[in-house]
Amino acid sequence: MAKGKDLHTDLGLKEEDLLEMYRYMLMARFCDERQWGLNRQGKAPFVVPVSGHEAAQVGSAWAFEKGKDVFCPYYRDMALVLVAGFTPKDVFLGLFGKKDDPSSGGRQMPAHWGSRERNIITGSSPIATQCLHAAGIAYSKKLKKEDSVVGTWCGEGGTSEGDWHGAMNFAGVHKLPLVFVVENNQYAISVHESKQVGGRVYKRAEGYGFPGFEGDGNDVLESYRLTKDAVDRARAGEGATLIELRTYRHYSHTSDDDDRTYRKKEEVEEWKRKDPIPRFETYLKSVDVIDDGKIAELREKTKAEVAEGAKEAEQSDFPDPLSAGQNVYADLEVV
Amino acid sequence: MTEKNVVTAIHDTLQEEMRRDDTVVVLGEDVGARGGVFRVTMGFLDEFGEGRVVDTPLDEALIAGVAIGMAIDGLRPVAEMQFADFSFPGFNQIIQEAARIRYRSNGDFSVPMVVRAPYGGGVHGALYHSQSVEAFYAHVPGLKVVVPSTPYDAKGMLLQAIEDEDPVIYLEHKKTYRLIKGDVPDERYTVPLGKAVVRREGTDLTCVSYGLMHHYCVEAAERLSSEGLEVEVVDLRSIFPLDIDTVLESVGKTNKAMVVYEDNKFLGVGAEVAAQIAEKAMFELDGPIVRIGGPHVPAMPFAPPLEAWFMPDVDKIEQEMRKLAEF
Repeated sequence: MAKGKDLHTDLGLKEEDLLEMYRYMLMARFCDERQWGLNRQGKAPFVVPVSGHEAAQVGSAWAFEKGKDVFCPYYRDMALVLVAGFTPKDVFLGLFGKKDDPSSGGRQMPAHWGSRERNIITGSSPIATQCLHAAGIAYSKKLKKEDSVVGTWCGEGGTSEGDWHGAMNFAGVHKLPLVFVVENNQYAISVHESKQVGGRVYKRAEGYGFPGFEGDGNDVLESYRLTKDAVDRARAGEGATLIELRTYRHYSHTSDDDDRTYRKKEEVEEWKRKDPIPRFETYLKSVDVIDDGKIAELREKTKAEVAEGAKEAEQSDFPDPLSAGQNVYADLEVV
Repeated sequence: MTEKNVVTAIHDTLQEEMRRDDTVVVLGEDVGARGGVFRVTMGFLDEFGEGRVVDTPLDEALIAGVAIGMAIDGLRPVAEMQFADFSFPGFNQIIQEAARIRYRSNGDFSVPMVVRAPYGGGVHGALYHSQSVEAFYAHVPGLKVVVPSTPYDAKGMLLQAIEDEDPVIYLEHKKTYRLIKGDVPDERYTVPLGKAVVRREGTDLTCVSYGLMHHYCVEAAERLSSEGLEVEVVDLRSIFPLDIDTVLESVGKTNKAMVVYEDNKFLGVGAEVAAQIAEKAMFELDGPIVRIGGPHVPAMPFAPPLEAWFMPDVDKIEQEMRKLAEF
């Protein structure tokens, strides 16, 4: 396994990076498990699961510089926004729709991430609209000669939208410092990739005049490697890159969906055996960064942190109903 | 003070503002090398360069969405929809994103962008170069929708729109571009968004309108003056915010109200103005609220007699004014 050691060192990652990446993957997984539990208890009406996507999200997010680069995520990107600066408590404040939810103060459905302070651009429910915002921000950064790279994430379903095409096209025309990451989990709610995508997603990049790559989205180091190369290219003024990371979601699209109507149990089980977290643990053990004792300790600690965040969020205040009329315009009281 | 037409006022204002503030950028189809199909950005590419004068791909959703990103990142984009009729591919970006970003982020993000769009008929533009789109956009909280009708307002309201912290849909009636002239102060000034103005005082009825129709209403009112009927003419200037107070004040004086608009009469701006007058000034009224608007057909047809059938004109307005005054 000496070769494994070379892998992360070659990528410029230190042991503490690996441990942090691992911790964020666990954090997202435990937040997800907790939110499903709260959903079953009737305390959280709507859940957008992340499980299965942790490697793709943590690996790709890790390639960006916090405080400098900009994130335009989509709703499944819980692990990504944790890397970008959300805490578990922040996640649960959004889940419950509490006043201090950093994304929206309880206005949006859960998982509609946003925070100016953390350079996470507010998102909506219509698909892939954020890709055009990312293109506009990247254009602005380039015009102002700021050393900043923009990342935008969506699923393979998002690549069918005109906004995604528009953003890819504009990124190609202007050689924008922009990285498109597609978390291809093979299903847009129930519609399989075979009915969603003509050809292959990553190959489309060539048509827009920039490179596209595919990678194993259940491999956090590969997700990081591909994205880091893309971010480096963008920072060097060499333009945009498309990265397609193949992965799978372990649960339904949301708590309002039932994936048993469109996915075979055997297929789900097969992908759960490829779970990115145990896979990364195997790697970490192979390079002696971690052992079983340390894994158990980290899991317990992270789970406790998540539980504490959920508890604090649950106990915090709802927004004042009258505040719903505020922040429509900067200079007008409309209600 | 210089006499200008509407389109020259818009061109000069935008140019002067881009000289003054280098965060202002323009983007749209043909705004660069061509200087815009109506010449609003003529000469901009040479003066400001292609970084700030962006000839975009032919994709209105892109124009709107990229402008939103620019605005979020601190630029002051002025996006051009070549014709208001073509703005609908960008409708989702404008109403779901631009309009709702401040609200949905609870004030954390804002979108200080302007979407300029030539609108309106009477220019042989047929179904897809004649539409009035104000009601679609004004329906959505989070947007401001303004329709300056004079060169003076075109300048002052454009500057205010660029300064505004929220997205503004700035509609320019194509027929006013070269038809309407007026004095424009050379110095910088702004006209607030959401203030109507009484352009002609009268006692017999209040006529509310905006855009090209405002000029037709003034002309009709002048004709009636020779018959001893004095019509008070209100130019709304802004659809949202709607300055209903100025309208109500006038109606309180004349006790009769009509609204003239070129958009489809059904659920158009006149429906809202009439409803608010009915809600707030019912007992001031000595006659029915009259609306003159476009007929309920999908859009303006091309052949001159068909176009004339669609468009409200001075004769039609004059007749309706006389009828209401004599009611």
